[in-house]
Amino acid sequence: MDSGTASASRRVTSEAVGTSLPRVDGIAKVTGRARYLDDLDAVGAWHGVTVRSTIPHGILDGLDRDPAFDWTDIVVVTAADIPGQNVITLIELDQPALVPVGGTIRHVDEAIALVAAPTRARAFAAARAITARVTPLVPVLSIEDALTGPIQLHGADNVFKRFAIRKGHATDGEIEAALAASAHVIDSVYRTSPQEQMYIEPQAMMAEWREGACHVTGSMQCPYYVHKAMKPLLDLHAEDVIISQTVTGGGFGGKEEYPSMIAAHAALLAKVAQRPVKIVYDRDEDIAATTKRHPALIRHRLGLDALGNPTVIDVDVVMDGGAYATLSAVVLSRGVLHAAGPYKCPVVRIVGRVVATNHPPHGAFRGFGAPQTTFAYERQIEKAARLMGADPLAYRRRHALRAGDTTATSQVLGYSVATDEVLDAIEQCAGTPPVRDGVNASGAPVKRGRGVCFYFHGAGFTGSGEQRLAGRATVALAAGGRFEVRASSTDIGQGAITIFTQLAADGLGVDASRIDVIDPNTARVPDSGPTVASRTCMVVGGLVEAGAKLIAARIRAWAESVGRAGSIEDLADDAFGALGPIAETTQYTPPPGIAWDDATYTGAAYPVFGWAACLVDVAVDLDTYEVAIERCVQAVDVGKAINPAIVKGQIEGGTLQALGWAVLENVVYKNGKVANATMTNCIVPTFADAPELETIIVEVPYPFGPHGAKGVGEIPMDGPAAAVANAVALALGVEFDELPISPEVVAQRLGGQS
Amino acid sequence: MTAYVRPADLAEATRVLADHPAWMILAGGTDLMVHAQHQPVPVGILDLWRLPGLGGIDARQRDDRSWLRLGAGTTWREVIADARVQHALPNLVAAAREIGALQIQARGTIGGNLGTSSPVGDSLPVWLALGAEIELRSVHGTRTVPYADYCTGYRKTARGVEELITAVWAPVPATGTRLHWRKVGTRKAQSISKVMAAAALALDGDTITAARIGLGAVADRPIRATAIEAALVGRRLGDDAIAAARAALAIAPITDVRSTAAYRHDVAANLIARFVAA
Ligand SMILES: Cc1cc2nc3c(=O)[nH]c(=O)nc-3n(C[C@H](O)[C@H](O)[C@H](O)COP(=O)(O)OP(=O)(O)OC[C@H]3O[C@@H](n4cnc5c(N)ncnc54)[C@H](O)[C@@H]3O)c2cc1C
Repeated sequence: MDSGTASASRRVTSEAVGTSLPRVDGIAKVTGRARYLDDLDAVGAWHGVTVRSTIPHGILDGLDRDPAFDWTDIVVVTAADIPGQNVITLIELDQPALVPVGGTIRHVDEAIALVAAPTRARAFAAARAITARVTPLVPVLSIEDALTGPIQLHGADNVFKRFAIRKGHATDGEIEAALAASAHVIDSVYRTSPQEQMYIEPQAMMAEWREGACHVTGSMQCPYYVHKAMKPLLDLHAEDVIISQTVTGGGFGGKEEYPSMIAAHAALLAKVAQRPVKIVYDRDEDIAATTKRHPALIRHRLGLDALGNPTVIDVDVVMDGGAYATLSAVVLSRGVLHAAGPYKCPVVRIVGRVVATNHPPHGAFRGFGAPQTTFAYERQIEKAARLMGADPLAYRRRHALRAGDTTATSQVLGYSVATDEVLDAIEQCAGTPPVRDGVNASGAPVKRGRGVCFYFHGAGFTGSGEQRLAGRATVALAAGGRFEVRASSTDIGQGAITIFTQLAADGLGVDASRIDVIDPNTARVPDSGPTVASRTCMVVGGLVEAGAKLIAARIRAWAESVGRAGSIEDLADDAFGALGPIAETTQYTPPPGIAWDDATYTGAAYPVFGWAACLVDVAVDLDTYEVAIERCVQAVDVGKAINPAIVKGQIEGGTLQALGWAVLENVVYKNGKVANATMTNCIVPTFADAPELETIIVEVPYPFGPHGAKGVGEIPMDGPAAAVANAVALALGVEFDELPISPEVVAQRLGGQS
Repeated sequence: MTAYVRPADLAEATRVLADHPAWMILAGGTDLMVHAQHQPVPVGILDLWRLPGLGGIDARQRDDRSWLRLGAGTTWREVIADARVQHALPNLVAAAREIGALQIQARGTIGGNLGTSSPVGDSLPVWLALGAEIELRSVHGTRTVPYADYCTGYRKTARGVEELITAVWAPVPATGTRLHWRKVGTRKAQSISKVMAAAALALDGDTITAARIGLGAVADRPIRATAIEAALVGRRLGDDAIAAARAALAIAPITDVRSTAAYRHDVAANLIARFVAA
């Protein structure tokens, strides 16, 4: 592994935190030395390919092998070969690893059989030589069909999960009465589109059996999720399942739950083939079969009194969960917990449902339900400001939550509320808004507009999630004056290794070059929880820092006992000789005064929130109806930027992903199949599409985060889409309540020019 | 095993093709490689990359006119960098700049774009607007066909199986000719066109005396907007020409995963209107 800075002459002080220490993994990645799963070759490894369903709903009657095909060097696996339970263990146990013959196909591109062969080409050919006999059933292909249609996919009403939040325990009657009593009601329906994570490295996994134990390695965010899923599937004890992460080229949530599926497939093939088997998805297959951001349908009613003060917020959120429950319940939970936004309002009702359809399962994606509901509430607040003739930033400032205020779940915000800091930051650099009418470089008339938004994002797991999870991390003294950090949190490009290095270095009081962050492997690292929910730095980083301090204290105690003086760096090698590989494992404990009630959905939904404001200037080309984003400023409160360069990278990346979702990204389903399953047609923004992103890091410390840090990974994804819609609405004088705001939609809404 | 030949010159290339008309003709490979994994393995590959005699841009006189002859092996970067092309055919340079991005432009060729002849090939409407001709060569000889006759249907061309595309002949437009290009893709770079338009307008003062307009991505092949061309003659740039162009637009584009028929229709009209604005 490459060390960021190995200079021995560097002065030893606690100063790594707050500096932009170069990425520890950076040099290997930019020089191409980092080895991704596809670069690894185990001796004698075969290639696995998945045979997939072509219908969205039906019965799998049988699998036929082409007798003309040469099957001699091919291994075929079906559900009948699964030694344990045919289920990918997650929240619910509803998703099979392979649809069994006689079982139900629930989405297009669902795995129905597996093949492995000595070459990838042979494996592809073999997969094509297997055909499924099916009896098609009528599919459910929209939220509306799931809610009102006759087909039952899940329970009696197709609802995987529902939540209700009632601030002030308002009854339905009281909500309606409050709306009726409001001077104004803004009542709108919003739709957001599915989105593909488009990590650079496609999903990839390799499995191998050695002495009865199954070793799986690959591209993933959560080694212990895979570990948990493999035990019942393979009917193995915990110690006989060893999961390790390889260098991972991006995840964005797309490698949170889905890797368990590929791990299952690779493990099954490797067992039957009796050799290592590698599965690397084609890009098209990856787009077609793996999870996407949940599309959402949101009705939002905002009641205002005559002065424009919000009096009641009523939100109905419905998400399309796709064919299986996967993580939908948790995504919906985060969605509803953010649905009222960071605004003061005495009466709130939020109802959320996630429904079963015959789309491929929707799942985790940066923001995790919050971008959908943020889009709706920030459009609503914009409409309220305009209705009241108020300046959009001033209106937000007037009604925003501050310390001491209560959220929709009646959580009293005690500390680290950065409302004024982020709004001030945006206001100070805003400058004059663009002139509405203009001409662009190609001579086309344009309409320009400025949009803003203000939003928050709960950091870490929802409710009592962190407590239940009880994440653990270890810091250990190693030979040669070095220290190890052991955690299952993965570096997926977001900089986890570097952040852990900095926190451990400062906790110990040693130079960053003394720290080795161990590659996540379930045989060697404790379960620090999944790499999700903007929790890695705030929660696991805190454990690393605590462990580092404990190790430093033990070294100092030893030094004192033997009458030695000097720095930890000076003492470390001898301490190792005397004490051996001492290790300190710490476990998460929630901050004091944090209470959450799952039954009523009240209390502290999150230990702390990050706060952000965004300003966007757009120009709409009236010849082509394209929305060009000419300027985008994000002010994001992260508590403390442990590594400002990494934080900036996270904010820029999340912002661009959000801008893409706003104007051009989409996943198009046709009869349940992804119709644009190529990088050519499932487009994400390029640098040419990106404005110069202006990023303002705001630091309002979280008293219980390492050095004050709170989450940063997800928050930048939540807000920009609303800011874009607000800007376009202003530019064109037409409301845009659906994403994406594509040129086709703009053209249609403007009624064409011809 | 796939046979592979990298010919030394054009004569050898045409000989190999005459003997093996079913072989894959490979230039930059930027079209061919995209789906290679899911295509049958070719019997043989005739590799034209950097074939001497297939590259180069020359000024030529033919039929009493000045032409630029652009070798089929010319890459888009070479088109962009050539001073004569920049001067005489700025709309070709504009189109080349929007093909893929730097890597694709460094590898993709004029001949490859013509070989694929996709309805969304970005250079193709430009050839229509310029009145360019395609030079084809086989062991039996050389011929040139106007682009309009070259592309005969959806990804179908008049190229015989033994013929190589060897060059494009573009007439140098008379001074004062207005040349236009606009691509509307799914995004700003590395994008497939949803609509594109190219035009060459001959003017007398601000009156249009002749017009040639090529459209892409609005039909099964790149097409000329002949009705608009006719309607524009004698019109003055500005509202007069715009109204005539809009009234004469007769295209029936499709809705697909990238865009809608209505959008393509509207935007094609808007692009042409912009070209003939004052
Ligand atoms: C990421 C990406 C982005 C792209 N973006 C664009 C874009 O924006 N606009 C656009 O128009 N295209 C685009 N393309 C397509 C492609 O780059 C262009 O069509 C390019 O001009 C093809 O040239 P090539 O030399 O690479 O062709 P090749 O792939 O080598 O060949 C293409 C076809 O032409 C045939 N052929 C090539 N040369 C000859 C010859 N001399 N005689 C006879 N047949 C021949 C081949 O047999 C083949 O059928 C893109 C491709 C990629 C991969």
